[in-house]
Amino acid sequence: MSKNWPLFEVFIRSKNGLEHRHVGSLHAADATMAIENARDVYTRRMEGVSIWVVESENITASNPEQAGEIFEPAADKVYRHPTFYDLPDEVKHI
Amino acid sequence: MSEKEIIDLEEQFQARIDRGENIEPKDWMPEKYRKTHIRQISQHAHSEIVGMLPEGNWITRTPSLRRKVALLAKVQDEAGHGLYLYSATETLGISRDELFEQLHSGKAKYSSIFNYPVITWADIGAIGWLVDGAAIMNQVMLTRTSYGPYARAMVRICKEESFHQRQGYEIMLTLAQGTKVQKEMAQDALNRWWWPSLMMFGPTDEASTHTEQSMKWKIKRKTNDELRQQFVNQTVPQAEFLGLTIPDKDLKWNEERGQYDFGEIDWDEFWRVVKGHGPCNKERLHARKSAYEKGKWVRDAAVAYADKKAKQTLKEAV
Amino acid sequence: MNDNLYQYILQLSDNSMILGHRLSELCGHGPSLETDIALTNISLDLYGQTRSYCQYAAKVKGEDFNEDTVAFLRTEREYKNVLLVEQPNTDFAYIIVRQFLFDAYHLPLLEQLKNSKDEMIAAIAAKSIKEVSYHHRFSSEWVKRLGDGTEESHQKMQEALDYLWAYAGELFEESQIEKWAKEEGIGADLNAIHEEYKKDIEAVFAEATLTIPEYDPYQQGGKNGIHSEHMGYILTELQYMQRTYPNMTW
Repeated sequence: MSKNWPLFEVFIRSKNGLEHRHVGSLHAADATMAIENARDVYTRRMEGVSIWVVESENITASNPEQAGEIFEPAADKVYRHPTFYDLPDEVKHI
Repeated sequence: MSEKEIIDLEEQFQARIDRGENIEPKDWMPEKYRKTHIRQISQHAHSEIVGMLPEGNWITRTPSLRRKVALLAKVQDEAGHGLYLYSATETLGISRDELFEQLHSGKAKYSSIFNYPVITWADIGAIGWLVDGAAIMNQVMLTRTSYGPYARAMVRICKEESFHQRQGYEIMLTLAQGTKVQKEMAQDALNRWWWPSLMMFGPTDEASTHTEQSMKWKIKRKTNDELRQQFVNQTVPQAEFLGLTIPDKDLKWNEERGQYDFGEIDWDEFWRVVKGHGPCNKERLHARKSAYEKGKWVRDAAVAYADKKAKQTLKEAV
Repeated sequence: MNDNLYQYILQLSDNSMILGHRLSELCGHGPSLETDIALTNISLDLYGQTRSYCQYAAKVKGEDFNEDTVAFLRTEREYKNVLLVEQPNTDFAYIIVRQFLFDAYHLPLLEQLKNSKDEMIAAIAAKSIKEVSYHHRFSSEWVKRLGDGTEESHQKMQEALDYLWAYAGELFEESQIEKWAKEEGIGADLNAIHEEYKKDIEAVFAEATLTIPEYDPYQQGGKNGIHSEHMGYILTELQYMQRTYPNMTW
């Protein structure tokens, strides 16, 4: 028997108030070990206050070949942005 | 796909890189791009973990506690950097075990500099100063390379490496300001590490086979010779500050070029070490293989334990 | 100078330093990159503690002493670490069992030292507790993983435990210095720690399906400077530079 340790993706919250961000990946036999390894590998310089790990194979990613149909339709929806609306300068706090 | 379709795709791909876009793991990429990146990034990863060994030899013998923690932290960083780079390579569809297999069988290369012996404490200073100094020039360039995971790993690595070269130079400075014995130790280290450091930039541009393709993919932004020249230019004044002499009788400032001229590298030595006949090639590979083989039962046991626990949890849930 | 205090600090310091030394030998040779990094972190923590202790010991000692002369320039008989921490890295099972047997002692020890009447020791302990809690978590997890992993790993762990168990008793054999420190309210009460220790290791070894040997741990001497044969080699490396090039700045 020789099974590799699975790959985990590591997300770290650098301080409270901020979101967890993907920082990289590592190998571990299970999630407990992955947290420990992530602490040792990715927070050696006080980079974080909280760690998430998830096994890489559990992530479903969008297909880059469909990037056009998935993302481009948002491009012409300018009315979702505040600058789309014309208001006179005199009107404040809006 | 027809040949024409592939050529179209490749042109679009190159256009993306030319526009400064990054390529991400799931994007379409030419097979050659994938293979080249597996080779280059894993070679870089291997260099990090083989590079732990020569310096690691000195951890138990550091002359002070302050130097001890600095060196330990530095060598540990190299393990971390190896890990980031292996992970980046894995996004290209190859496992870490396969990469280790390539290293252990001698199929994959790593930086030849680590095949030289580290025989005095001053060597630790010289490595930090010269070897890390040379490496960082490549690495800074690579933070803007086209392959996303590689570029991101390099950003992290460069951030962390910033103390490595300073650590080395500080050791040299302390020796240079020390006793006669210490100064001699420093000069001796410079004598032995200077030329191998220049060799780290690889063969001359004329002899380099990959340069053109690498430039296109932004794995390289400057040629070997350009980087080597830049390294000499920045290192000579640092050596002068230490009061040490660079072991090259042809080294002199060229007013016209605004750069230093320097002597010819012993390319026979370069190729000899690359091909496996350096002073420590065998030891380094043996140490890596041995750690891997001795660790097998540990890795296997951790997997078995994880499986056992997962089954238990499942049972409890039913 | 208060020699008792100096000696007591040395004992705390030498345990951290010699175990840190053993772990530092592994840097670059671990069973996986991730584990390599973790073990080095533990070594770094222990050396951090060593530096704090040695700086304090140098202050207590006065004269021209500094952290390095305290750490490096003693004769073997003047090192006061327990024998357990100087035992070699025979294999990963020995490394983990040694670590766990020490962490299970180190953690409650520091809990007590946190309340030491000596402010400096209390401060070092308070800082170290967080580090050592993590060491304890790490080593106990690995004891379970390897003890209850494969047949091979179980066997190796049992063998390491059978061997290293002999060294687990010395941790709780009160030396003259420790007795003094306890009575002064500076040091820990080893008896009180011992109960907690037993509970802790019994639970972890049971979960790891490992059997604590029936024999009474019999190895001791380190606290009084009588070491195993391994110690000379450790000091040979540790002291190499300081001995070869005396009185220089590095």
